[in-house]
Amino acid sequence: MKKKALGILLTVAMTATMLAGCGNNTDTPSTPDNSTPAESTPANNGGEDEGNGGDVVTDEGKVLNIYCWNEEFKSRLEDHYPGYEKVDATHGTIGDVSVVWNITPSDDNAYQNNLDETLLKQADAAADDKIDLFLVEADYALKYVDTDYTMAIADLGITSSDIANQYKYTQDIVTDSKGVLKGLSWQGCPGVLFYNREAALEVFGTDVPEEVQAYVKDWDTFNASAADLAAAGYHVVSSVNDTYRVYSNNVSSPWVVGGKINIDANIEKWVEDSKALVDAGFAGTHDLWSDDWSAGFYPEGKVFAYFGPAWLINFCMADGEEGSIATAGGWGATEGPQGFFWGGTWICAATGTDNPTLVKDIMLQLTTNEAIMTDIVVADDDFVNNKPAMEAMAESDYSSRILGGQNPLGMYCAGVNGLDLSNLSAYDQACTEEFQHAMRNYFEGNATYEEALELFYKGVEEKHPELTH
Amino acid sequence: MKQARKGKVVRYNKWGYIFLIPFVVVYLMFSLIPLISTVYNSFFENYRSGLTQVGPHFVGFENFKTILTNGDLLTYTKNTLIMWIMGFIPQIILSLLLGSWFSDPSLRLKGQRFFKTVIYLPNLIMASAFSMLFFTLFSDGGPINSMLMQYFGMAAPFKFMSNVWSVRSLVAFMNMIMWFGNTTILLMAGMMGIDTSLFEAAQVDGATATQVFWQITLPLLRPILVYVMITSLIGGLQMFDVPQILTNGTGDPMRSSMTLIMYLNKHLYSKNYGMGGALSVFLFIITGVLSLIVYRFSNKKE
Repeated sequence: MKKKALGILLTVAMTATMLAGCGNNTDTPSTPDNSTPAESTPANNGGEDEGNGGDVVTDEGKVLNIYCWNEEFKSRLEDHYPGYEKVDATHGTIGDVSVVWNITPSDDNAYQNNLDETLLKQADAAADDKIDLFLVEADYALKYVDTDYTMAIADLGITSSDIANQYKYTQDIVTDSKGVLKGLSWQGCPGVLFYNREAALEVFGTDVPEEVQAYVKDWDTFNASAADLAAAGYHVVSSVNDTYRVYSNNVSSPWVVGGKINIDANIEKWVEDSKALVDAGFAGTHDLWSDDWSAGFYPEGKVFAYFGPAWLINFCMADGEEGSIATAGGWGATEGPQGFFWGGTWICAATGTDNPTLVKDIMLQLTTNEAIMTDIVVADDDFVNNKPAMEAMAESDYSSRILGGQNPLGMYCAGVNGLDLSNLSAYDQACTEEFQHAMRNYFEGNATYEEALELFYKGVEEKHPELTH
Repeated sequence: MKQARKGKVVRYNKWGYIFLIPFVVVYLMFSLIPLISTVYNSFFENYRSGLTQVGPHFVGFENFKTILTNGDLLTYTKNTLIMWIMGFIPQIILSLLLGSWFSDPSLRLKGQRFFKTVIYLPNLIMASAFSMLFFTLFSDGGPINSMLMQYFGMAAPFKFMSNVWSVRSLVAFMNMIMWFGNTTILLMAGMMGIDTSLFEAAQVDGATATQVFWQITLPLLRPILVYVMITSLIGGLQMFDVPQILTNGTGDPMRSSMTLIMYLNKHLYSKNYGMGGALSVFLFIITGVLSLIVYRFSNKKE
């Protein structure tokens, strides 16, 4: 009897440990850098009566295969595309076409690996197995756009007058080297500086956005304010990687020039400023999306500011979690030292799709239909890719609860006009990841700048063996 | 009569071969053919950058030359061996101690089965889950750091993941915890196979427990010890999941905890079969040579 009891106890202990192990592994929240995180959004069936999407009748393929890395686009389509019926977690229907979602997370490049393999076999795949539509992010958009695997928007029948209201920069990112536009986005991602109102009040004596801006208006002022914040126990930003995008979007040369890796002067300035911040103890060196990084979403984290676009504050900053700053409406938004953008999702049509009409309609509804787009703003707090609509809403009484009632749209509108994307390259993702990681060693004193730079070159050349430095 | 019996023997032989078929087929498919194709691949320039496939072009020994000249191979072999030794030495000491306690009837240990099961348990957890757990425990704002600050009066958190030796120690410690149960059970099996009359004779002659251990147990345990050493060495050289997850694939700080297989994994990002193949061939050679050294060293008295 005793033996039996012991046996049962051990089995339970073993199974529990194993299950605990599994749980631990699958629950790991690791959203990769620069992806737009998935979050279910409040259901909204607005836009049901617009467009003719509900009854697209075609003699085209009956299966629409969509490749993406999270639930964001799916929830947009479910909530806002007229006629979309949800079947289960990965299936839906539009009219008589069934929609198949192939969702692979971006972690460890899994999404792109999967997409690459399928795209390379696209020509030989059966019509119903071909990818019809896939999503890309800014950092690697050119990798797909600059190949024949992506269809030109014009070939789908979308004219430049259809998309005249979109922000120019969203089209620049997905324009290939020959000047052909190959993707569209429903969102704009101009970034601003989100500051902790309580910290601003304590240190600067004000939490009014215009007045706080005076303390962060350029990098010199920003770094000087960091000292004041440190005196009160605040980190100016959670990690120096937070400021990376602000510098890297304001470069004057791309990461790769003629097959050689190139380090822009503004990137060097990021290294210099960041090293100073870290050495003085004004900011940490955590990886973005790590637990240490996101500690500042709560008052105890003692972080003054995060840099990010609209999706950061709404999806990532622990809104709805008890005790978080976002839940209490404790953030404020201001322009910060420089304009920048971060992330964003583009819809691309895969060459060989057997549903071009439906793909065209999805693109048009989500990226040009003003009624649907304003619904997205209201329901999901996104900033959408429609200049007149956004400028109108910036003037309206729209207010964001997380930002303590502030209407940030005007700021986004101003930020989006100043974006310059002439220096993108197909290597941006590899360079950004490897650079942040290599420089962390320098910031933490484990390497000199030169050694860290060597590590960066090595990392990029492993990912892209054809590059040199 | 004699003739018939002889025929039977031959037929038994045939069955022997038939029973070998599954192993041979599996070995050919999953071991020998991949081995040969790896060597074959190592002579080509063959990778993908973005969606552009480069190669395969025959480049002779170019990949081997690159690996030998950039010095990475040596660094990562050193890292791997350091972390293996840091984990293996405490592991073998602990296992020998536990093994000799468990196999010593004069100690009359209670609840032996329970403890044997418990020490084996860590091995059942997935290595990746285990290192994820350690990553969380030892992060800058993790529970270990808050304990250090609260009870030991440390002013700032200790950055475990930014210090060469703390990362290496964590990797070694995790490997030790995961494998000491396995080693203990192997060594115990070896110890229980030793003739008990030898122990009794030693006791009659007045030998102390320490003397019995050094003079009788250890020498007679040598075959098992050699087996444990070699399997652990091969496992150690293939160390991957624990440091990979703990350092998020970076081998930080400055790749000081990057193992050979993690380096190999770096080449798979660009589907670089040429460099990956060449590196695997080197890994094969290193493993072979080190195993031979361990084997020779452990058997030199014979």
